[in-house]
Order: sequence, then C-alpha cells, then structure tokens
Amino acid sequence: MKFKPQTKQKIAFILLGIAASIVIIPVILILAILIQRGLPAISWQFLTEMPRMGMRAGGIFPAIVGTLCLVFCAISVALPLGVLTAVYLVEYAKRNWWTRMIEIAIVNLAGVPSVVYGLFGLGLFVIFFQFGSSILAGALTLAIMELPVIITSSKEALMSVPRSFREASLALGVSRWQTIRHVVLPNALPGILTGAILGISRTAGETAPILFTVAAFYLPRLPKSIFDQCMALPYHLYVLSTQVPNVKPALQYGTALVLVGMVFLLNLVAIIVRARIRSKKQW
Amino acid sequence: MVDKIVVADLSIDYGGVHALRHVNLAIKDKEILGVIGPANSGKTSFLRALNRLNDLDLSCRMTGSIKLNGKDINRDMDAEEVRKKVTMVFALPIPLPMSIFDNVAYGPRRHGLNDKKKLKEIVEKSLRAAFLWDEVKDRLDSSGMKLSGGQQQRLCIARTLAVEPEVILYDEPCSGLDPISTAKVEEAMRELKIRYTQILVTNNVKQAARVGDRVAFFLMGELVEIDETRKLFTTPRDKRTNDYLTGRFG
Repeated sequence: MKFKPQTKQKIAFILLGIAASIVIIPVILILAILIQRGLPAISWQFLTEMPRMGMRAGGIFPAIVGTLCLVFCAISVALPLGVLTAVYLVEYAKRNWWTRMIEIAIVNLAGVPSVVYGLFGLGLFVIFFQFGSSILAGALTLAIMELPVIITSSKEALMSVPRSFREASLALGVSRWQTIRHVVLPNALPGILTGAILGISRTAGETAPILFTVAAFYLPRLPKSIFDQCMALPYHLYVLSTQVPNVKPALQYGTALVLVGMVFLLNLVAIIVRARIRSKKQW
Repeated sequence: MVDKIVVADLSIDYGGVHALRHVNLAIKDKEILGVIGPANSGKTSFLRALNRLNDLDLSCRMTGSIKLNGKDINRDMDAEEVRKKVTMVFALPIPLPMSIFDNVAYGPRRHGLNDKKKLKEIVEKSLRAAFLWDEVKDRLDSSGMKLSGGQQQRLCIARTLAVEPEVILYDEPCSGLDPISTAKVEEAMRELKIRYTQILVTNNVKQAARVGDRVAFFLMGELVEIDETRKLFTTPRDKRTNDYLTGRFG
C-alpha cells in the first residue's frame, strides 16, 4: 500500500499518541480500584488506632508511624552521603581508575534486587554490627538502596550548572570549595531535591529490604527509639494479604490506599519545595 | 614605567596541541595592552595563563614563567591569590544568578568581608567605576540576569573591581554587544587606567586601536609583534602584522 507522506505522518502520530495513552491506563486503574475498595475502610480511627484482634480490626497507626520513621531516617543518611559523593565525583575527582570504580559501583548498586539489599542489611547491620532488627538497621539498608538514585540525579544537577558560573567565580580568586558552596550547590538544589523525591518514593514502598531488618509482624505500639522494631505499611499490607486469614478486603485495600497516598503526599511536598526554589532560579 | 607582568619563554599546549610558543613580553604598570590575532592564535590561552585559569584544564601543559610584581605566579603564589590580583572579564557576560548587589558583593564576601556598610560602599564604588551605578541604583535587589547585555558586561566589570585587583583581563568583552554598549565598556576601560593594568583580548582590531596603549599581535601561537598602538598600526615591522591589519587574512 502506498500512502502520501502526510497520511503516513498522521498514522504515526496516532500510533504514538495511543502508546503514550496506554501508559496512563494502569495508573488510573490502580487508583480507581484502590479508591473504590479502600476508601470505605478509611476513617479517623483507621488512621490513628492500633490494630486489634490479630490485625483483623482496628487501625494501622503504628505502620504509618513506622514507615514515616524509616523514610525520614533513610533519607537523612542517604541525602548527605549521596550529595557529597556527587560533589566529589563532579567537582573534584580526576578521571582515573578509582573514580571509574566508584561510578561502576553506583551503577551496579542501582541494579541489585531489593531482596538482596534485605539480606545484606540482615548480615551487616542486624548481625555484624549487632543493631538487631531495628529502625536503624532498616533505615540504613534503605539508605544504601536510595544512594544510586540520589547520586545519579545529584550528579546530573551539578553538571547542569554552567561551567561559566564556576569560572566567573574562580576568576575572582574565590576558592573551589566556596564556588561550590555559594554558586554550584544553590543552583543544583532543585535537581538534587528531585533525586531525594525519587529516593523517598522508592523506599517508602519497598518491602524486601525491611523484611529482615526492621519490620515487625504485629506490634501494636509505637517505636520508642531507633533501636526498636516497628511495623511498616508495605510489610503490613503483605501480611494482611497473605499471612492472616479472614481479613476484610476493605482493610487490605485501605492500607494500600494509605501507602499510595503517603508516597503521593511525600512527593507532593518535595515537588512544591522544588517548584518554589525553581521559581527563584534565574537562568 | 615599571613592568607589572613579565612573561618569559611561555609555551602552552593542550593535550599535545600547541597553543602558544616561546612567548616573551612585559606588560607595563597601568597600561592597556590590546591583544589581537585571528582565531587559534593563542591569545585566549595567553590570557588564561595570566590568572591561572588554565589550571582547570587538566590537559593543559605549560612551560616558561610568568611573574607578577616579580613573583612567579605558578611557583610563589597559590591560584586564589593570583586570581584575586589578576581577575578576568569573559567574552559573554556572566552575571551570577543573584541580585545586582549580591553579584558585586560576591567577591568581597567570599574573601571574608561581612560588614554591611562597607559592602554597600564597595558596591557603589565599583558600580560607579564601571559606569553602571546611575542605571541600576534604584534596583540593586533585582536580578543581574535581567539587565541588558551591555549592562551585564559592565556588572561583571564592577564585580571584578570589587575584589580590588591589580590587573584586569578582558577576553573579547564586547563580542556580544551592540556599538553603544561597546562604547560604554571602552569608556569604562579608559577611566580604569588610572588604577589598573588592563589586558584586552579582542577580535576587533579597531577596538584595540581605540583603547590600547600598546598592541600585541599573535599568530598561530607566536607573538609576532608588540609595539605602541600608533606604531603598530601605521608602521608594523612584520609583514604578517601588516597583512592581518589590512585584512589580507584573518
């Protein structure tokens, strides 16, 4: 069959449009199903009460608190470490076998399956460092998992700051560190925050890494320190869905909805922060 | 007059590619030296060697010596010290993404000055010296990036003046500017002669003639000729200089 170039173009555009539209279908379906089945379970009590009757009733408060603790602790370790690594690699490091090793390590770190992180955390933090099954061990495991995402996006953010800004500053006799501190980092901040957002979204929903390192099966009280175990939403959801018989589906879907909602909220906060910084940006 | 900068047998290459070969010249205190030459003649490499910006390029190799006030800038001084005394204004105006005031105060602040009153004084003095004060005095808090090209370049000059250098290097400072802005930048340079030694790399031969006390002509990494502006333009000693000035190549 022979078509005119214009017709071909139209067909191509339609196909491309369809492909792009298909992508959003799963998102809409997931949200629709979660909201339809989970929303009835959501209530103030559900969000703020301890689970009761072997998790078949009551709320998911400790799991929410646990996940928030884990996410917060993990990012407060991973963000500084990741940003410092990125600054070193972009601003200071010479191209040699050592920096290439670091870069290869980062790429590989990103490809490690999450269950392997879990076992690694178990071996290193829980057993070797004797942190036991604790928020500390879990958060550190998650932090290592977040690192590649944060390093990669921070590196890109740093590299996107024009070289000319650095030269303009250096040409005034300003030291390299001051240039980084006062010119490069402020301008790379939106990109670095994007990395943090991605890191948070990734860890908040992970089950495998916390499975062996922190997550409690059923613990109807709040953690008192970072050396305590805690419940966490993803693992709680897994338990509700597979380990506890006769749970009302609404509870399962409600938990899932809260998890998705929390990730969404965390992202939203970070996106707003980023947008505000970006609106002040002038180049 | 005293020699401010003495360059002896300076050669530079970037990863094996020669940029500058055996250059010897002296720059006098408080003169404006125009540096002309076609593309790839080594004039920018020369300029970047003077405040050690070439250090940033890891492939850059340098031999020979550059002395500022008799001190070897590569052996007896550290890079920050050199760059504070020998600052650079770039081809494209590069205001930093901050307010006009912060741009000018950037250098002094980083060098440890935090006194607000003093900073204000320095900012005003520098902007006046760069002929920008009257145009921006009512909007010092607005972004330096919102100024016009010519204003931005004068802002960069003001920022440079604020660190109280001894030598100012210009790397084709007017290449992106219209004639009127160019005239203003040149006027600023002439006024600054009272206090500063200035070196102006330019593709615009006429500009070198307008502002330079002396002019150096570079070709393919060699310093062909350096002389008083009038002599160089009227009776060049080297045939190649004559060819370039009369537009036979370049």
